[in-house]
Amino acid sequence: MEGNLTPEQVVERLTRTCGSSIKETRITENREGVKKNPNYNIWIDLDRESLKEAIKTLMEIHYPHFSVISGNDEGDTIRLLYHFTIYYGTKHGEYTVTFGVRLPKADPSVPTISDLIPGTVFSEREKQEFLGVRVTGIPDSRRLFLPDDFPEGVYPWRKDETGIPVSMIKNLWEVGRPTDRPAPPAADKEMCDLEKDDGTPAPQKPQERREGQE
Amino acid sequence: MSEKSAKKAPYIVPIGPTHPALKEPVMFNFEMEGEVIKDVDFAPGQTHRGIEWMGMRRNPIQIVHLTDRICGICGVSHTFAFARAVEQIAGIEVPERGDYIRTILAEFERIQSHLLWAGVAAHELGFDSLLHLTWRVREQSMDVIENLTGNRVNYGIVQVGGVRRDIVPEQHKIIEDCLSTYEGLLSKLVTLFLEDRSIHMRCRDTGVLSKEDALGLCTVGPTARASGVNVDLRQDYPYAAYGDLDITAILPDQHMGETRGDVYDRIVVRLLEVGQSCGIIRQCLDQMPSGPVTAEAKLAKLLAICKKAQGEAIGRVEAPRGECFHYVRMDGKEAPANWKVKASSYSNLMSWIPMLRGEQIADIPIIVASIDPCLSCTDRVAVIRGRSRSVLTKEDLHRLSVEKTRRIQS
Repeated sequence: MEGNLTPEQVVERLTRTCGSSIKETRITENREGVKKNPNYNIWIDLDRESLKEAIKTLMEIHYPHFSVISGNDEGDTIRLLYHFTIYYGTKHGEYTVTFGVRLPKADPSVPTISDLIPGTVFSEREKQEFLGVRVTGIPDSRRLFLPDDFPEGVYPWRKDETGIPVSMIKNLWEVGRPTDRPAPPAADKEMCDLEKDDGTPAPQKPQERREGQE
Repeated sequence: MSEKSAKKAPYIVPIGPTHPALKEPVMFNFEMEGEVIKDVDFAPGQTHRGIEWMGMRRNPIQIVHLTDRICGICGVSHTFAFARAVEQIAGIEVPERGDYIRTILAEFERIQSHLLWAGVAAHELGFDSLLHLTWRVREQSMDVIENLTGNRVNYGIVQVGGVRRDIVPEQHKIIEDCLSTYEGLLSKLVTLFLEDRSIHMRCRDTGVLSKEDALGLCTVGPTARASGVNVDLRQDYPYAAYGDLDITAILPDQHMGETRGDVYDRIVVRLLEVGQSCGIIRQCLDQMPSGPVTAEAKLAKLLAICKKAQGEAIGRVEAPRGECFHYVRMDGKEAPANWKVKASSYSNLMSWIPMLRGEQIADIPIIVASIDPCLSCTDRVAVIRGRSRSVLTKEDLHRLSVEKTRRIQS
């Protein structure tokens, strides 16, 4: 733990390099178990222009572990959250550091950070397809999870008209058996005929039970 | 090889898209030169289920049953991480006993997951008697999990605010029996895996991931630790009962005196972690505080609390495969405004590329399995040479792997 900055010092160091482009900073502390040892989470909202600068500063403090980018459709803007952790490998010393950037929907572009940390390309590809943001300079802009035949211009996590349209939602109980498949090897079993009396006791009808309960 | 086909090298060997070495099928494209992998590319997401999309239309009490089903093995980890995020937003304080029970469950999950993986690894190398041994001994941990939660998989025990069942004194004996069995077995398992000549030959210096690559590609869990990256949430980031316990991340050089970052080191880390988990469970049982196991047992009340919650939080836990990360944002509605799940394998997949480059086709099954993507094996491979096409089934790949073991033994 010696030599590691406190969460406040980390925020201060980042504020010094990124200056006025930092909009908001927040440190949350969480204590669990019997001894209530704290874990710290640092949240920093900043302009997208200084995102790379902030990550470079973080890399100077300690080579960060990049977890994932999460994103949120806020109406006129898309907020991307870059989740990192620093000081792993020290007992109880790890902090999460989250950089939030807001991108206007008219120009949802953000620079790639995969030149700094190569492992981020995976998450950037995912954000492109799920939120419709544009990652400039991304070395690999293919889709990641969505299938090749997924329509262009539909972004599953958007909450506006480019989100998943109602027509794409399949309710499992409405879908039924596909008709364009080869016939199943065995014929469907005949549906059990409830009215037919074959000596076994008939199942209780659900309607009767409901009346009894009320 | 005839001159004609030699001109066409490198060959492209696609594996997948149905490839149960992952819980979701994945499409691999190998660029081969003879038996050697020159380059590799892969496309995940063949069965993306849109669980996050579903979650953003459901309330947290419903979501815990979705998170139970994200992974067939990490039923505790995902729910644990999600519940921790929601608890932080809603200001719910989990009772101390609830924290301890969550920790015990998470460690049993790790034991059964690592033993399952060890069996798969042995099978991929053609060492089936070892597969049968590890899977037989794994059953005892599954029995304990069933005894504690009621289920072998999809445990349904972690709830926002705590857990749904207590551990009563009568269950301590069952847990204790299981732990002493494993502690007695562990030295035998370590000998069987680490001192076996064929395992050593097939795994030493195979599928190497350097520390620099492990850091740059954001790897987590045993895969990162085997490459010498000191990262373990249980040590670094106190949550649940882990902050009370004495935990040190297991790195291969503690046992082997050096770190090579190969498949062998990944076996070392996982086997030793089984012993570590037994120790953690024992510490938890000894120090278990009394009291309630959940902050709010009435689901209607719990839901009312969650509905009022506003804010964002991160829930992280150390799953058997590494960091499991959930980001949740609630804005005073029933369903979360935003939910992002990052499973541990999400961070580990990119490390396949440096691991597989330069290795042989017969090493694909063990290297792909070595990051523990999820525990089944290569299903079928279509090899395209020119216009002719032959399909290698999982059995063929397995045979190739067994033959390689025999070849280098003789």
